[in-house]
Parts: sequence; structure tokens; C-alpha cells
Amino acid sequence: MEKIIETKDISYSYTDSDGQISIVPALSNVSLSVESGEYVAVLGHNGSGKSTLAKLLNLILTPTSGTLYIDGKEIDHNDDDIDKLYDVRKTVGMVFQNPDNQLVATVVEEDVAFGPENLGIEPKEIQKRIDEALETVGMTEYANHATHSLSGGQKQRIAIAGVIAMKPKCIIFDESTAMLDPLGRKEVMRAMERLNREEGITIIHITHYMEEAARADRVIIVNDGEVYMDATPREVFSHVEELRAVGLEAPQATELLHRLRALGYDVPRDCIDADECAEIIVKLIKSEKEKNV
Amino acid sequence: MLKDITLGQYFPGNSVIHRLDPRMKVILAIAYIVAIFLAKSVFAFALVALTTLMLVIISRISVAVVLRGIKPIIYVVIFTMIINLFMIKGEGEPLFSLWRIRIYEEGIYRAVFMALRVIFLIMATSIFLTYTTSPFSLTAGIEGVLSPLKLIRLPVHDFAMMMMIALRFIPTLVEETDKIMNAQKARGADFSSGGLIKRAKALIPILVPLFVSAFNRANDLSVAMECRCYRSGKGATKLHKLKFSALDFVSLLIMAIFITAIVLINKYVTVGFSL
Repeated sequence: MEKIIETKDISYSYTDSDGQISIVPALSNVSLSVESGEYVAVLGHNGSGKSTLAKLLNLILTPTSGTLYIDGKEIDHNDDDIDKLYDVRKTVGMVFQNPDNQLVATVVEEDVAFGPENLGIEPKEIQKRIDEALETVGMTEYANHATHSLSGGQKQRIAIAGVIAMKPKCIIFDESTAMLDPLGRKEVMRAMERLNREEGITIIHITHYMEEAARADRVIIVNDGEVYMDATPREVFSHVEELRAVGLEAPQATELLHRLRALGYDVPRDCIDADECAEIIVKLIKSEKEKNV
Repeated sequence: MLKDITLGQYFPGNSVIHRLDPRMKVILAIAYIVAIFLAKSVFAFALVALTTLMLVIISRISVAVVLRGIKPIIYVVIFTMIINLFMIKGEGEPLFSLWRIRIYEEGIYRAVFMALRVIFLIMATSIFLTYTTSPFSLTAGIEGVLSPLKLIRLPVHDFAMMMMIALRFIPTLVEETDKIMNAQKARGADFSSGGLIKRAKALIPILVPLFVSAFNRANDLSVAMECRCYRSGKGATKLHKLKFSALDFVSLLIMAIFITAIVLINKYVTVGFSL
């Protein structure tokens, strides 16, 4: 498969207000790659560098050292070619945390049009893209609504539509579900999964909800600016103790089975799904009963 | 309580004035102001009054709304009237004189004309701009009218963008203010008692967090806009491209006839008082 994003030893250090480069880098020597069509979750506690990583991937920040490859284009650490920058942002879209702070226009339709307008797309084509994008996120009937009258989840879906309308190959969700209520989170997750499965868009989801990360194809754990783990959710979450060491909790299902195993029961360590966990426990209870009989 | 604030009340509709291109409406509003100040004689004023009334009827905005729009400026009107009444020195005998106050016939005419000018001006501009034009198309209209200034490198697009963002964030910031006020009230702040200075001071704990959050929002928004490839309208297209229709040209023609009529009346109809 084709690699959409590849990083080679990228590091990033923030500069403080005196122009001094911070001694502790936010990200150091990160090398990873994301394949086209993949659904990747990035986990890490606060200050682990996961948001910095996201900002590097669409060049809001340029790495202090190392090389990035985005859709085959090489980006050097001191690259400042504006056109290249826009090319990258066209390829890698981004949805942020606060739904209120990323909507530009007062009317839904106008907001979705903002990206394509900036790309210089013909009005007819823009209208087509708006209709498609709103359809994808299930907001068609809100096309002419005022943006401020929507709920958090709806605003976030409009923000997603605004990114889809630019036809990116990859979308980064930078804690886009963090400020939403459970219903809003569910709406956004559904939209994300639909984009990945039906439109084949690569998704990079930065989050601190384990249950959300468990739904991805692959989980990357970032700790102290380095990649700590990079594997399938089952593999990653089976390391309950290691996760705890970097300030993360495994999903509740995994956690429960982990405790049962600590008590001496023979249960699998790589279960991440609540239903699957329930089945395992039912089986366990039955076999215990048989033993006692 | 803050939720009741509406800015530039727009009344959606489908009248002829609603359907005009916003750029044309900006131009017409300016032309109308010029016309109002060109009018100098009783008959010219009568024509302006008649046309303003026609505008109200055509726009299908209720008369009550239009009259309510004048209410906030009533003191300005009264002030101008008083100044004109007492300060204008006419030829001939004063109509009324007491101590050093002398009122002349010219003063009365001038006071009435000035008051009418201000009233017509507010009525006409609000009909053209605020009542019949949504904030969004008004922004587009102003951008369109100012676009020749791009030739001398004025950032017209950025200016329009700023206006649109300001409009977009009014409800957000109003909500935020409400939240902060409640938070401060919960901590025992008192906004509704004491003198003017005490009340003004009580606003500081609202304004400081409001500004901090506004700056944070601005920062977030600018990053989000960059991510959506904003570059000051360079090479950008518009979803709804403004297009002049026949209606716009007709309205411009009518406006031209209207201004010419006023100039002619000023010049040739010499019956009655004239400024």
C-alpha cells in the first residue's frame, strides 16, 4: 500500500517568549508512517506531544529537524515554500477541539464553502461539494441554518464537512471529541468511521478516550515526545501495566479481564470490546460452575 | 438578558428592495444621502418625503418598525432643531424675542428641514441596508463597493473577512459574557448596585476573562483558517458570486431621475422657503 504520511526522525522544540528554544523537545526523533486508507488513533496523556505531532503533520508547525513525506512530497525542516505548504494542507485536513473556534461564517453553507473558495474552485463545483459533504456528515437539512444555533456535535460535523469539501486524502482529528457530550461524540465518531470506510479517507484520530482508540486499525502511543507503542489496539491494550506507567488506562473491558487474570483466572489479555468481554465472562462463570459440580 | 441583543435587525422578505444586489444597495444608500442634502426648497423636501414613504411601502417593512428605528436618534433630532432655532439669524424682524433670544422665520424653517433630513436619512439607510439586507450579503456588498481600492493595495478582502468574523462571533461572545457574569455572580460579584463608578469597576472581572478568551479564540481560528488554505483571497473564488440584474440598473436609473428632479426643483421652483 501507498504511504500517505511518513516521518523520518522529526523533532520539534517550542520557542519561549524570549526567542529561546526550549531544552526539552516536545517531540524527539519520531519516525512513523501511515498508509493510505488507514485509521490510526494517537494516544498519550496531556503534554505527551500528541498535539504537536498533529500540528507537524499538516505543517502548522515545521519540524526543527528531520524530514516529512506527505503524499510523496518531501518537506525539509527549513522548508518555507508557501505553495508547498498549501499543497500539504489540501492533502491533510484538520478538525480541531473547540467547535466554536473553527467555524468562519454565520451560515452553514457558507462555512463549508470557505475551504473550496480559498482553493479557487468554480462556484458550481463548490455547490456540488457542499451538498456531498453535508450529506456525508448527515447535515443536509441544516445547509441554511445559522452556525451559532447548532449543538456542539452538529458544529463539529459542519467543521468536518468544511474539511471534506476540500477533498483531502487524510484528515487529522485533534481531540475533536473532547469538548462534546456523549451524543455529540457518537455523532462525530460515526462520521469519522463513515469517511474511512466509505470514502477511503485516511483518519488520524488524536484522543484520550480509550474506547474511541479501540475502534481504530492501529494505535500509536506517544509519551514524552517519543513513540512508545505502535501496534493494533488489541496488542497495545493488552499491555495494561505498561499503559499505566505512561499515565493511560486500558479500556474498561481489558482492565476487568486483566484483574480477573491477576486473580488466577484464565482469560485472554487482548480483549478490547465490551460485548466480547461479556461473552468471555459468561463462559468463565459456566466453566467455574461445572468445576464445582 | 444579553440574548435579546439583535444587531442590525434584518427582516427576511422578497420585496423588490430585498432582491437588489447588495452592492447596488450600498450605492443607492449613499446616493440617497446625497439627494437628501441636495434638497433645499419646500417642494424638494416634499419630493424626498414622498420617495421615502414609497421606499417604506415597496420594502414591505411595517411602518411601526421604521418609526421605532427613529426613536434612538430622537434626542439628536431635538438637539439639531434647538440649535437651528436659536442660532439662525434671519433678515427682517424676529418673530419672537425675549432677552437675548430671537427666533426668526428662517430659523423655524431651517430647524424643521434639518430634523426632516436626519429622519429621512435614518429611514432610507436602514431600509436599504439593515432591514432588507442580511449581514452576510451586506458584508459582500461593502466588499464589492470597496473593491476598486484593491488597485491601491488596500486589503479590502481582509477587511470584509474581519467584518464577517466579527458578525459570526457576536453570538458566541454574548454567550460567553453571560457565562462569565454568572460565574462571577456565583462568587458574590454585584453588578446592579452602587454608583456609576462602582458599577464600571464591577465590569472589570467580566472584561478581563472575556478578552483573554477572545484572544484564545482568535488564535485558534487563525490556525483553523490557515488549515483551510486561507490566504487573503489570493486566487479565491466565491460560492455566491454577486451579479447585477436588470432590476439593479432600473433602480439606479430611478435614483438618477430622483436626484435630477431635486436639483431641477431647487433651481426652478422658487415658490416658498428655500435654504
